[in-house]
Amino acid sequence: MSSIPFSAQLINLFAAAILLLGFAMLAQRRNLALVNLFAFQGLCLCLATLTTAISTGQTHLFYSAGLTLALKVVALPWILYRLVRQLNVGGEAEALINIPTTMLVGIVLVMIAFNVALPISELSQTITRGTLGIALAVVMLAFLMMITRQKAISQVVGFLSMENGLFLAATSATYGMPMVVELGIALDVLVGMIILGVFFFQIRDQFDSLDIRHMEKLKDN
Amino acid sequence: MDFFVLMLAIPLVSGALLTVVGERDWAPNINVLASLGTFLAAAGLTVEIVANGPRFAFGEQFFIDSLNVFFVTLTAFVGLTTSIFSGPYMRNERDHGRLSKPRLRLYKSMYQLFMFTMLAALTTNNLGILWVAMEAATLTTVLLVSLYRTPASLEAAWKYFILCGVGIAQALFGTVLLYFAAERVLGATGNALLWTHLVGVKAQLEPAIMALAFIFLLVGYGTKVGLAPLHNWLPDAHAEGPTPVSAVLSGLLLNVALYAILRCKVLADGALPEGYAGNLMIGFGLFTLLVAAFFLSRQKDVKRMFAYSSIEHMGLITFAFGMGGPIANFAGLLHMTMHSLTKSAIFFAVGHASQKTGTQLIENISGLIRINPLIGWGLMLGTLAILGMPPFGVFASEFMILTHAMRHYPWAIPILLLALGVAFASIFGKVQPMVFGQTTARRLPHAPAITPVFLHLGIVLMLGLWIPPYLTRWFHEAARMLG
Repeated sequence: MSSIPFSAQLINLFAAAILLLGFAMLAQRRNLALVNLFAFQGLCLCLATLTTAISTGQTHLFYSAGLTLALKVVALPWILYRLVRQLNVGGEAEALINIPTTMLVGIVLVMIAFNVALPISELSQTITRGTLGIALAVVMLAFLMMITRQKAISQVVGFLSMENGLFLAATSATYGMPMVVELGIALDVLVGMIILGVFFFQIRDQFDSLDIRHMEKLKDN
Repeated sequence: MDFFVLMLAIPLVSGALLTVVGERDWAPNINVLASLGTFLAAAGLTVEIVANGPRFAFGEQFFIDSLNVFFVTLTAFVGLTTSIFSGPYMRNERDHGRLSKPRLRLYKSMYQLFMFTMLAALTTNNLGILWVAMEAATLTTVLLVSLYRTPASLEAAWKYFILCGVGIAQALFGTVLLYFAAERVLGATGNALLWTHLVGVKAQLEPAIMALAFIFLLVGYGTKVGLAPLHNWLPDAHAEGPTPVSAVLSGLLLNVALYAILRCKVLADGALPEGYAGNLMIGFGLFTLLVAAFFLSRQKDVKRMFAYSSIEHMGLITFAFGMGGPIANFAGLLHMTMHSLTKSAIFFAVGHASQKTGTQLIENISGLIRINPLIGWGLMLGTLAILGMPPFGVFASEFMILTHAMRHYPWAIPILLLALGVAFASIFGKVQPMVFGQTTARRLPHAPAITPVFLHLGIVLMLGLWIPPYLTRWFHEAARMLG
């Protein structure tokens, strides 16, 4: 193991933290704590990108890390905090069915993700290539979270966590996408979040709750 | 002034302008004027491309060739007619108290921004920006789907946002993989996502990565096309949003998403063994066609039924492009045009019909022809056209797809015929009593805009009987580009 440079070990550490936080989100029942976990995941993503930037000297990765810090550690969690406060759903607990089962499904998904990513990461020459499997696993865990959750807020956190996984994938496979694309993606995510904020209030006014179980009326019959 | 810059600037500027003045009584005219300006600019651009061949804009960031200029014209045209239709339609909605003035402002402003994002998605050369524009198109329409703020429309918009969000996230992963494959050949420059650069080196792209990338791109953008099994958002969004939004979603957004898949397919075809990408598309296409056809018969809501019909046609078009080759591609492009024009015409007629009867439930709508013969005939002819009756253009393209399939994929013929037959029986059986019989409709203060309906149907009829030679040439060139 001594052949792996220190920076790569650091990146792997952060990536592992991102994955663990993905599992933590899957098990977390309270909205406010979920937002905290999301902010931590963003921070780990930012640190991983920063370490990659320092060890490879890719300047645009510094911008990318800054963007992650501004958007995913500060702006989005702040918007989410405000939403949770104003909608008064911070302590609301999600009636999750059987966390252990969800976790087991999550583990299976991680194994699938590693198997899918293995042949591709072997082709990559980046020092971060080992994390591609982790990135795909984070995407899949976020996907699982969106499927199993019934509160609008937790679905959105799942969606944003998926975005985190995709950013990690971009960094680990190719040292990040071209700057113009990353800026565009960031803009989309931010605008999407603002629209969702508006949307939450509309949903609450209409249903008196953010539980999407109320929203299963539209069916084919 | 450059036509291309005008075409992108007009919707963007007027979208911003309408956020300020959108509540005025003359704001709908601005909406129509802006759409007319966009259409004229697009037409100018088309003439330029047809005369001078492909061109770049803003460095190499935008690229217009015979393939996308064809979609650009179609998008701008349907955008124009839909804005004409939405004038009286939205006035009636306002008079009924279903929409307040601020929401009408939101509608007009978002409509223009939606046009902008679609035109940007069609003309961009950068596959990353294509993704950004597609996502932006979703964002602009989410608030339009929930415009009525009814529980059902909020549910539809939520489903639309989450499902398309998940789908588009898959497409982003596909784009990351594509960039990864490209970077190994082109180097880590900003050029590695430019389609024109990629297409030059497509044979050198690493097959293992491209195979995975194409699956993610197909599933991701396929969600927006409405390919089964990720089509669930589509009927809800179409049924619960205002009718002009249903018309542009069905007529335009689905096309733009399919266009994104086609661009990626060209790259995948170059890198992968022959038939890989095509077979995937054939599989998804046939499955979608079947699923949609069988859901059609169970629908009670008229807009929902025609939304399923859109899914069905998208499945057929995906199947056609999956077969590939000049003839099937030609048929696919022709069918996309026909479907856009016909389906938006149907939605215009359905919109007026449901306003006149105050319901979208099929069983409560009848005798349209008595109160307004033009709307009744518009709906009837539109339905016959979309079901593939000659002499309308849909017949021509469906016939081409079927004969091509018979020659190269004979096993698919029973599936195709079964799906088309089931679709015919369910739609025709439901539309016929809506048009004829005792009437349930009443007159409304604002006369409906009939012109767009018959303009679209007229073009579809003309293209069924006679395709002008320059149009054929143009289609052929676009079909050849797709390989």
